[in-house]
Amino acid sequence: MGSSARWTWVSWLKIVVFLLLCAPAVAMVVAVVSGRAGPNPIEFLTHETGEMGLRMLMLGLMLTPMRWWFKSTVPIRFRRMIGLFAFFYVIMHFAIYTVLDQQLDIASITEDLFKRTYIIAGFVSLVLLVPLAITSTKAMMRRLGKRWLSLHKLVYVASIAAVLHYIWLAKGDQIEPLVYAAILAVLLGMRLWRKFRRG
Amino acid sequence: MRDWMKMAGIRSSEITDETVFRQRRHLIQAAAAAGITGAIASEAHAKSNPLGMPVKKSDYTVDGELTSEETATTYNNFYELGTDKGDPVKNAKFLKTEPWSVTIDGECDAPGTYTLEDILKPHDIEERVYRLRCVEAWSMVIPWNGFALGDLLKRFKPNSNAKYVAFETVSDQKLPGMRSRVLDWPYREGLRIDEAMHPLAFMAIGMYGNVIPNQNGAPMRLVVPWKYGFKSIKSIVRISFTDELPATSWNMSAPHEYGFFSNVNPEVSHPRWSQAKERKLTGSAGGLSALFASKTETFYLNGYADEVGSLYADMDLKKFF
Ligand code: HEM
Repeated sequence: MGSSARWTWVSWLKIVVFLLLCAPAVAMVVAVVSGRAGPNPIEFLTHETGEMGLRMLMLGLMLTPMRWWFKSTVPIRFRRMIGLFAFFYVIMHFAIYTVLDQQLDIASITEDLFKRTYIIAGFVSLVLLVPLAITSTKAMMRRLGKRWLSLHKLVYVASIAAVLHYIWLAKGDQIEPLVYAAILAVLLGMRLWRKFRRG
Repeated sequence: MRDWMKMAGIRSSEITDETVFRQRRHLIQAAAAAGITGAIASEAHAKSNPLGMPVKKSDYTVDGELTSEETATTYNNFYELGTDKGDPVKNAKFLKTEPWSVTIDGECDAPGTYTLEDILKPHDIEERVYRLRCVEAWSMVIPWNGFALGDLLKRFKPNSNAKYVAFETVSDQKLPGMRSRVLDWPYREGLRIDEAMHPLAFMAIGMYGNVIPNQNGAPMRLVVPWKYGFKSIKSIVRISFTDELPATSWNMSAPHEYGFFSNVNPEVSHPRWSQAKERKLTGSAGGLSALFASKTETFYLNGYADEVGSLYADMDLKKFF
């Protein structure tokens, strides 16, 4: 809420956004408990959490372009929350895979991690997000100074890896992963464009 | 987004009922026209036995819990009706099965276009309980109603050049999933002639004693229980006898992932996941308990090795996966 701890409309908006981003998790739990998630709730949860993780990453990457557009730093104040939501959904995704899907079968998990390109891409993405989540606090930002920004550029790599993960796991020629790829290309392209235009 | 219906609490059964009802009526008419049931196919009987035909039990059955009818009819892969497992039941109404005809062509002496009634006429309907193993590592146990595929194929008098049988799914209807080019439509499948003639290969027109719902491949679909589920092609409109190995949809889409044979084999993993285990979907473990149900071992040829193992006796199954 900023060091001045002023209670502004942004604070209210933060609460609203927080609740909105919790809602999908609540909906998932309700769907599973009620049986509405269908006969294969593990698959359901894997897909829902994976998709939410990716959406959160994309949403997080929209904040900087929004800052340029609105010429306001307000969007940036949502960066940590949205980033941590991305991390939350991805961790849930990974936990569901290891505990529920693979049932902690270490041999099978290691086989996946070494042999299957889409899993490797997902894992790279997940691993890259860990230091970002750890260094997301105010104190860490202060401590790292300029290096914080460089470190957090890793989110670009994590997002690319996540989209590759999705493209490679999809069966047949599905459009959805390509839609995410296109959105990511635009979001990263805007940054490049700006950089080169400024020299 | 794909699961908005589930999230919104819309039960799929609310949607199926009407479609299934119309389907049943159609099949009863077909059965009546075929003279199998004669007077039995009255409205009154239709209610008690919607398939409208006597169904005799067969020796083909398996141990283990049956998958609930709701599960087997609401969790489907039928890409013409959408790629999500819940899509086919939602979009079932777009598939029109009345009238229905099947074109038989290629290396046989009795080619032609036959109405569904003509196709069904001579066959006694039996029930077979088969395991179904999806390539995605889940499985079900389903009571199918139908007849041996070989009995049907023999009627068209395949000649000595008929080394394979190719099948096609309906593609001349504007089905919602066909707007995207997930696969190269029409959906195609195929079997070697000895596989097709094996008594285990089955043509289903019903399940659970009911007319097969659209999302499960109405009005007529293959059931080849020792192969991954996608081989059991749905809503068949063409059967061709060929002397060359026919092109099959998933093989065309990803040749290194899906072979022509696609026999269930725990030793040969799919490039993207292991096939050693499967998740049994019974539908009885509801809610949270379904999250912790353990996986079970997958068996070679889905447990049908005694019956069909000899078909592959001297083949390198790593190569011919
Ligand atoms: C070690 C890390 C990861 C593992 C083991 C993993 C595993 C999986 C598995 C098993 C699936 C389902 C595949 C299928 O149905 O065939 C999946 C789907 C998915 N994952 Fe991951 N994943 C990982 C990391 C990530 C990350 C970091 C993201 C995004 C930020 C992500 C996003 C997705 C998406 C979007 C899907 C597809 C969901 C859908 O089909 O709707 N995953 N993942």
